[in-house]
Parts: sequence; structure tokens; C-alpha cells
Amino acid sequence: MSKFPKLIAPAAVAATLIAGPALAEKYGLGRPALPEEVAAWNLDVSPDGTGLPEGSGSVEDGEALFADYCAVCHGDFAEGVDNWPKLAGGMDTLDHEDPLKTVGSYWPYLSTTWDYVHRSMPFGNAQTLAPDEVYAIVAYILYSNDLVEDDFVLSKENFLDVEMPNRDGFIIDDRQTSEAAFWKDAPCMTDCKESVEITMRAAVLDVTPEETKARKVQEMMDATNPRSTEAAATTEAAAPVTEEVAAAAPAEEAPAVEAVPAAEALDPALVAKGEKVFKKCAACHQVGDGAKHRTGPILTGIVGHPAGASDGFGYSKAMKEAGSDGLVWSEEELHAFLSKPKQYMKKTKMSFAGLKKDSDIEAVIAYLKSTAQ
Amino acid sequence: MSDSTKDNAPSRRQFLTGVAAAGAGAVAAGASRAATPDPLITEVQPWASATGEGVDATPYGLPIRFEGDVRRRNVEWLTADTISSINFTPIHALDGTITPQGCAFERHHSGAIELRKQDYRLMINGLVDTPLVFTYADLERFPRINRTFFLECAANTGMEWAGAQLNGAQFTHGMIHNMEYTGVSLRTLLEEAGLDAAGDLKDKWVYVEGADASSNGRSIPMEKALDDCLVAFKANGEALRKEHGYPVRLVVPGWEGNMWVKWLRRIEVTDQPVQSREETSKYTDTLANGVSRKWTWVMDAKSVVTSPSPQSPIKHGKGPLVITGLAWSGRGAITRVDVSKDGGKTWETARLAQPGQAMALTRFYLDTEWTGEEMLLQSRAMDETGYVQPTKAELREVRGMNSIYHNNCIQTWWVKPNGEAENVEVS
Repeated sequence: MSKFPKLIAPAAVAATLIAGPALAEKYGLGRPALPEEVAAWNLDVSPDGTGLPEGSGSVEDGEALFADYCAVCHGDFAEGVDNWPKLAGGMDTLDHEDPLKTVGSYWPYLSTTWDYVHRSMPFGNAQTLAPDEVYAIVAYILYSNDLVEDDFVLSKENFLDVEMPNRDGFIIDDRQTSEAAFWKDAPCMTDCKESVEITMRAAVLDVTPEETKARKVQEMMDATNPRSTEAAATTEAAAPVTEEVAAAAPAEEAPAVEAVPAAEALDPALVAKGEKVFKKCAACHQVGDGAKHRTGPILTGIVGHPAGASDGFGYSKAMKEAGSDGLVWSEEELHAFLSKPKQYMKKTKMSFAGLKKDSDIEAVIAYLKSTAQ
Repeated sequence: MSDSTKDNAPSRRQFLTGVAAAGAGAVAAGASRAATPDPLITEVQPWASATGEGVDATPYGLPIRFEGDVRRRNVEWLTADTISSINFTPIHALDGTITPQGCAFERHHSGAIELRKQDYRLMINGLVDTPLVFTYADLERFPRINRTFFLECAANTGMEWAGAQLNGAQFTHGMIHNMEYTGVSLRTLLEEAGLDAAGDLKDKWVYVEGADASSNGRSIPMEKALDDCLVAFKANGEALRKEHGYPVRLVVPGWEGNMWVKWLRRIEVTDQPVQSREETSKYTDTLANGVSRKWTWVMDAKSVVTSPSPQSPIKHGKGPLVITGLAWSGRGAITRVDVSKDGGKTWETARLAQPGQAMALTRFYLDTEWTGEEMLLQSRAMDETGYVQPTKAELREVRGMNSIYHNNCIQTWWVKPNGEAENVEVS
């Protein structure tokens, strides 16, 4: 009973830090966390190395792992693909007009990189890397930033020896002093400046997303006005069009469905190899039971399927158009796409650089075929 | 000046002054005579004759379709992918202060996950007397608190540092929402685990992380953790939405949105900040000389006119006009908002719809008379600490152009004689 006044009373700031045992009444809720449970979740790594597990990894191993797990977004040399983060470069640019903030140029602590790679990467397949793999990937990121040599091996033992270039580049929030002028007794109310000129206009830059929804809602409102005969006619006219499309769709799809090869005997070894290669794709694509669209569409049964046609996925305009122009993902087309996606389709949203080896492409196609069976 | 803010009701004096200044012509225009009878009145309308939908037509209702354009929008070129991205609250089309959950902006680092209540676990570990695990049902048995707070992303208005860029209040200021939260005080949970083991609490921290793949860990000083943080499970009376951290999120009043960890799964008491990615490589503010500020947690006082604005032009011609907007401060309550129609040469004090509430959105109105003239509309917020929202020039002078985060500058809308508005920068 005596608990309630304490909880309702707003905690005075001065008193907040006094959590004396007399105040701290227990409700007896929850249960003690088991050591195994704490160990499973308590993974954070601090600048002084607290939390780092035993292990090590070389730049060399890191390069291979990076190519498999990271390069799809971050590029082979950690230089970044499209809008995905660049992890290397940008040294001495922090006071430039457009600073490039990377692990090398900006991050103050190496522990942050280890912690983040370990807990949040690879994107779409997080918390799957073993400590040695994390050490290796972090070593490779350091190498990409010219901070270590190519024979470097990062380990728990030498972790704190690595010097981050921007470790002293931070100050603690000083707004209360450096911006003290923003606290004013009486802000100006009249004659605050002599003249006012427009110096920049957003419309000139023109980067605001085009607004079509408001127009469509307006059209719909006009069309649903029961008093407008013109509107009623529009609504009626619209209905058959929709039906026509619906009726036409299956007919168009029919040939594509025929193109799907009947269940064929797949080489299990090739499928297994393809499953491994598919790890590079798994950051963005899912297959099989319970698969969902992620960054990329579901790929279950994609071989022989029309392009840009998986329901509910937001394809690029280029992919949608290719699909409606009749592109079907035959093995040949898929092979060409996967070897050089951006060359095959200039404006595809897929930022993947492509599979270099033909044998990898064949394997991944075999694996994709197996998902349809 | 400030008298109109005290009673929070439209000031008749203010209104009448406006009318007098505009002259008799405006009064006549306001009371213009209809040439022909309005058929909406003289004819029986279908909705006045036939019946409407029955009670179960929409067991959980959405806004009527005519409001279908009031919705979150994203800016595709901002991020590589929608899974690690942000969208914006349609503040230009809302009024009052509470943001409906369905159109409150989203920011995910690894997508919005689906986590069932029965699969939910919250662990408290580190420097506590007894590391504990709570289920969702456990959380509901602690005494509850209801409080309304704004959540603003530190990057709100971040695209505007270098110049006027996005043409709409939704895009320039829409990384914000304001909800009434129900939850348990973080202090209560920490005390349940016991803080004796932590010793002197002054230099201690709590590290909080989420259950999603990004986990988005942040370090919070113990003083804040014991002050007003909430472990929340309801917003605006109903369960949190998936995109806002269902079933449980952290509420860190007045501080940048990134710290309000969604799908909260672990609270660790530590003797040092973890210096996670989100508090070093991101959410740090680089100054012109290349040095960066860190731990810039508090959101400075800020305001914006939500209407008229580029997405909410004046359509009614001259005469009475309601200028309205939102103001907020992470340091406490908004005490006053001034509005300028001439780009900051002269200011008049707006009416606060209700007295400012600490660390929550405040709605302001300027009930005025528009003569069809061009306006350079601005608003300027003041909070209870005496902080006055700065101009962009003042901010740039201290912070340069590369700060990305914490842009709380005064916004200018250029309202043209035809009623349309554009995002501009002025001298």
C-alpha cells in the first residue's frame, strides 16, 4: 500500500540518484536470470575490451568472408555499393564540405565495429557469425582502411593495440555553453532586420517525392459524388475496365506457366553447392516455406517464372516493364542477369555486383530450381 | 502579448483587430450572399434518405477513404532500402497534439519485426543485485504510469542543413510523433533487480537493446534512467503498433528518438557507456572543424507552421485564416510561440491551444486575416528554460553544415498570393 505515494510522486532530479534500500520495495515479480541466459544475450563489447570473447582472425580470412557476407552491400573493398554504407576511405575529410564517415575516418573505437558486426550483421542474417569470423572481418575492414598490413591477425590479445585515427575527434555535448546565446530574456519582436530576401527555394532543387495520392483521393471523391451524373458515368465505365484486365491476366500468364519445366532430376551435389552460394543472396532474398519479401522478392520457383511478377513486392520500374514485355526467368536469362545484374538491366534495384564464376551461377540456379519442388 | 496564451481561448480582441485592419471589404466578403439555393440543402441527399453501413462493417476502423492521402510517406533517395529507413508523419494534415499510431512515422534499422507477447522476454542484468527476466505478463503487474511525450528523430529536418530541400512540412519536420504512453517506470524495474550492487550510481549507465536484428543498443546515464524513463506497452490507449516496437518499447522523454529502443529485450547496468554504433558512428554531430559532438541526447526547442504549408496551401482566398503549427522542447514545457509573416522582421505571439506540457507537443494558433499578400511564414518557440528557437544562420554559425542531426532552426514557408506555399530560406 505504501508503494503508491512513492510511485505517483514525481521524482525530484536531486533525489533520483538516491535509490536507497529503504525506498526500493520489491514486488517479487520476474525470476532470476540463469547464467546461460545472461551469457546468450550479454554480448556488448566496450572500448576497454569488456565483453570480447577469445578468438582471432586474419585479414586474409576476412577478405574471403567479406566477399561472401558483406560485399553485396559494402563492395569488395568496403567502398560501398549504391546508397549502402561505405566502410573505408574518407581519411581527413571530416572538416570538408561533405565528410566521408567510415570506420577508418570516423569511428572512435574498434570495439564498436566488433560489437556491431557481431550483433547486427550480415544484414538479413544477423547474429550468425562466429567470433573468429568477426575478428577476421574486422581485420579486413581495418586493412581496407590502410590501418593494418595484409598479414595482420586481429585477436582478443592485440585488440586494444589498434589505434583508431579519430579516437580523439569527439567532445561531449556542450550546447549549454557553446550555444548559451540561444537562451534569451526577450526575443526581438519588431524591426528585427532591415530586409528579407529569399536566398534558396526547395522547388528549384525539386527532390520532393511526387504526390499522387492526394490527387487520386480527390479524383475518387469526385467520382463518388452521388449527385454528379458525370461522376457516376465515370465510375461505371471504370468497372468493366478492371474486369477486362482481370480476365486478360490469366491468359497472359498461361504461356509462362507452360514454360516452367516439369520436375526434373537435379544433381544433389550441385543443389548443395548452390545453397552455399545462395548465402550471398540471403541478405535480401528468402526461399521456401514461410519466405517473405525482404529487400528483394521471394525467389521460390523463380526459374521459369515471369520477371517482376511476384505479388506484393515493389519492383523497380525497369524490372516491372521487362516482365510486362514478356521477360521470363529462363536459365539463360537468369544466368546473364546474375553474372552482371547492372549490365543486364541498367535500372534494377538489385545492388548485387554479380557472381563471378559460371559454376556458382549454375549451382545457384540448380538450388533455386530445387526450391520449386 | 502573452495574455492571449494564458486563457488559451481565441482572443476576440485579436480577431476583431484583424478584421478592422482588413477593412469593411473583407467583412462583406465573409458574409457573401448565395446566388442560387444550395442543392445540398434544398434537395434530399441519398445519405439523408438511404441507410448507411451497419455496426460491424469495419470491426477496427480506419479513416474514411476521403482522408486516404493523410498517411506516412518516405523519400526514396534518402536510404538504400526501406528496411533500414524512415518515413514521415503527415503533420501538415493533422491538428491537436496526439499523433494517431497508424500515421506516426517509422524508423527501422533492420525492419519492423513481429514479436508475440508470449515470446517476449525482458532481461535486466549487469551491476544489479539479482539479474531478472520478466515476461510481458510480469510487466503488466507493476504499477502503471500514463504520460504523453513527443518522440523526435535526431535527424528530423536533417536534410535542410545545407539549404531548403524538401517541399512539405511532412518531409522537413515529420520525423516526430506524440503519444500517450502507458507503462512501468524504468526506475521500478531497476529497483526490482536491486541497485546496491552498482554502488555509487552517479557514474553508472544503463545499456538498452532491442530484440530485432539491429538491436540498436544505446547507453543512457543512470540519472536519466531513474528519472522519467518508461517501459511502455500501450500508446494512445491501445497496444503499440508493430512498427513502434510491439509489444514493449522504451520511452526516454525529451531525448532523441533513437534511444527509445523498440522491442526492448535487455537493460544492463554498466560502469561505462558501451559506445555502440548508434552513439559513435551515428547520432553524433560533426562541427565545421571536423570535431564531433557526442551524447547530444536532448532535443532542443523547435516549432513549425503545419498549415499553411506546401502540402496545405490556402484554398479559401482572402479573409479569416487560421495559421497553426506545433512546438516542442526536450528541456521542458513550451511557454510561448511567436509567428512572423514577413520572414522574421516582425513577430506576433500565437495562442497556445493548451498550456505547454513538458516534453510533449504543443499546438499553437494564430487567428488572423489574410489580405492575399505574400507571406514569409515563420514560427519561433520558447521553452520554460528560456531557450529561444534559433534561425538557421545562428545554428550554422555554431555548428557548420555537416551536423546532420539536431537541426531545430526556424522554418520559412513562402506563401504566394495564390495561396500556394514553398519551402524557402531567407536572409
